[in-house]
Amino acid sequence: MTREITLSKAVNEAIAEEMRRDPTVFLIGEDVAEAGTPFKVLSGLVEEFGTDRVIDTPISEPGFMGIAVGAAMTGSRPIVDLMFGDFLYLVMDQLCNQAAKTHYMSGGKLKVPLVLRTNMGATRRSAAQHSQSLQAIVAHIPGLKVAMPSSAYEAKGLMKTAIRDDNPVVIFEDKLMYQDKAPVPEEEYLIPFGEAKIKRDGRDITLVATSSMVQVAEEAATTLAAEGISAEVIDPRTIVPLDEQTIINSVRKTSRAIVIDEGHQSYGVTAEIAARINEKAFYHLDAPVIRMGAMDVPVPFSPALEDLTVPTAEGVVENARKICRGELVHAA
Amino acid sequence: MSAAKNKHNTEDYLRMYKQMVRIRAFEDNANQLYLSAKMPGLTHMYSGQEAVAVGICEALTDEDRITSTHRGHGHCVAKGADFKAMFCELLGKAEGYCRGKGGSMHIADQSHGNLGANAIVGGSMGIATGAALSAKRLGKDFVTVCFFGDGATAQGLWYEVMNMAALWKLPVIYACENNGYSEYTKTEEIAAGSLTARAEAFGIEAFDVDGQDVLAVNELTRQLTERCRNGEGPFFIELDTYRYHGHHVGDINRDYYRSKGEEAEWKTVRDPITNFGKWLIDQKIMTADELVVIDNEISADAQAAVEYALKARYPDGSEVDMHVFAGVDHALEYLGGAR
Repeated sequence: MTREITLSKAVNEAIAEEMRRDPTVFLIGEDVAEAGTPFKVLSGLVEEFGTDRVIDTPISEPGFMGIAVGAAMTGSRPIVDLMFGDFLYLVMDQLCNQAAKTHYMSGGKLKVPLVLRTNMGATRRSAAQHSQSLQAIVAHIPGLKVAMPSSAYEAKGLMKTAIRDDNPVVIFEDKLMYQDKAPVPEEEYLIPFGEAKIKRDGRDITLVATSSMVQVAEEAATTLAAEGISAEVIDPRTIVPLDEQTIINSVRKTSRAIVIDEGHQSYGVTAEIAARINEKAFYHLDAPVIRMGAMDVPVPFSPALEDLTVPTAEGVVENARKICRGELVHAA
Repeated sequence: MSAAKNKHNTEDYLRMYKQMVRIRAFEDNANQLYLSAKMPGLTHMYSGQEAVAVGICEALTDEDRITSTHRGHGHCVAKGADFKAMFCELLGKAEGYCRGKGGSMHIADQSHGNLGANAIVGGSMGIATGAALSAKRLGKDFVTVCFFGDGATAQGLWYEVMNMAALWKLPVIYACENNGYSEYTKTEEIAAGSLTARAEAFGIEAFDVDGQDVLAVNELTRQLTERCRNGEGPFFIELDTYRYHGHHVGDINRDYYRSKGEEAEWKTVRDPITNFGKWLIDQKIMTADELVVIDNEISADAQAAVEYALKARYPDGSEVDMHVFAGVDHALEYLGGAR
C-alpha cells in the first residue's frame, strides 16, 4: 500500500521505525524532544521513546557532535540533529577530524556509526547564516557518506539506510521541501547508497540534479519536451558514494549534460560531477558540460537579490536550448 | 607516600612499578629512534608523567575506556598495550596497532579500552563524554577517563561537554595532566584563575593531586571510578606533574621557556619511578637488587620489541584505500572516480 506523506513525516517515520528496531539508536540535538525541532520534523518521538533516547542538548554544537562520536565508538548509533546546515562550520573538527578519520586512523578497529541530519536550501529569506547548502564541504572529506533526498520517498529510504550504516553519514534535507508530499509505501523499504534514480528518460540532454534541484530539472524537462527537446533527469540520491556509471551511461547516450546543485558553484558538487563526465564521456560529448550551482556570493536577505542566487527551471531551460542548438552557454 | 596497607597489595604495587618502568623504557627507545632518524615524523615524550597514567589505569578494568592525547604512549602502555605492536605503529609497520595508519599520535588499542590518542588538543573530550553517555544509556558499568593536558583547558569544547556530563550525571573522569607547559608556554601564562574552580562551576567535584605520587593517584582514582559506577560522576582531577622532554622530541633547546635547573630538580627530587622504588625498598616489599632485575628485564623487552619493529614489514601499498569506510574493502573503487 502506498500513501502520500510529507517529507517531514517520512523522516519522522524512518527514525521511529529504526528506533523501535534497534535500542542503540538515539537522537541528540537542540530542541529535538518536546519542541520536535523548529521544523517539527521530530514531533511525537519523545512521547514514544522518552527523553533517554530523544535527548535535548544545550546550544553546544561541537560538544554534542563530539559526544555523538564517542557514543558511536562505544556501541551506540546516534542520530545528531543539527538545526541548520550552516552550523556545520561549528562542528567541523568533530565531524571531519574525528568522526571521518577514526576508522582509518585506527586501521579499521574503531567504527563510528552515526547519522548527522541537517538541512540546506535558500529562498526562505533567512539571510547568509541560515540558508547555505554545504554538501560539497563534507563530500570533500574522505570517510563521510553524503545523502541528498529529493522527495519524501527518498528521505525515508535513505534515512533508514544511513542509520544502519557503520559509518558517519551526513543527510541534507531541503528545508523548503518539508511539507512536500510524495507517494511512500507503507511497507518497509531501504534505498541503497550509490544508486542513482533515472527520474525521466530522455535522448537529447542529461540533467543531473540533487535534492530540490530535481524538481527544478523535472520542470525544465517538461518545458523542453514541449519544444521537442528530450531531457533525461538523473537524481544521484547520494553524492558520496556517487553512482557515476548511471550518469556516464546517460551522457554517452545524450551527448550533453547540465549538472544542477544548490551549493555554491565554484569547487562544488556540480564541478565534481562535470569533471567526471569530462573524464569518462568526453568523446561522446557534443557540447561543454554546464554547471549550475548557487551564485558565488553569500546568500543575501532581500528577496529581490536572494532569488537571483539559486538555479531555476527557466535558467536550466535556457542553457539546455543553447547547447542543444550548438551554441556556447559561456561564449568568450 | 603513605604506608603499605597489607601484603595483599604487593602485587598491585609491583605491577605499578613495572608499568611505570615500561613507559620510561618505551619512551627512551622512541627518543632514540627519532634521534637516529629511524622513525618517520615526530613524537611527544611522556617521560616524567608515568605516575599519572599508571596510577589511573591501574584503577581501571579492560572494559573501562580512556581517551588519550598526542602525548599518549604512557596512557597506551598503562592501559595494557604490547610493546611490539606499539613500536610497529610508531615505525608505520603493518603489525602496528593501527596497521601503520595512525602513528604515534593516533594509537588506539580497542582490546584494552583505549579509544585512541588524538592529535587535536582537547579533541577527545567529546569522545570520552560520549563513551560515558553510551555506558549510561546502554546500562553498562564501564567508566571513561579523559586524559588531557593543561593546554587543552583553553579549548571551549571542554566547557560544553563538562556542562552536559554534569547535567546528565555521566560516568566520566576528566583527568588534567598539568605538566606546567602548554607546548612552549608556561601554563600560568595561558590559564586564568584555578582549573579546579572551572570544573566546580559546573557542580563537578574536583580534586588536585600530586601527579608524581602513583599511590595517591591510584587511591583517588579507585574511589572516583567506584563512585562513577554508583552514578555519582562526573569528576575532575588536576594532576601536578612534569614532562622531562620538550614539547616534542625535536624541541631540544628550550632555555627560552624553562631552565635546566628546573628540569634537573624535578628529575632528581620528584621522579615518580625513583621515589616509588625507594618506597618499595623502605616498606621491605622489594630489595634494590630485585628492582634492578626488573628494570633490566623491561629494558631488554623494549629493545627486543624495537629490533622486531625495525625488521617488520611495511603495509602493502594496496592498503592505502582500505579502512576508509567500515564494510568497504577499497574506498576508491567504492567512490567511483577511479584514477
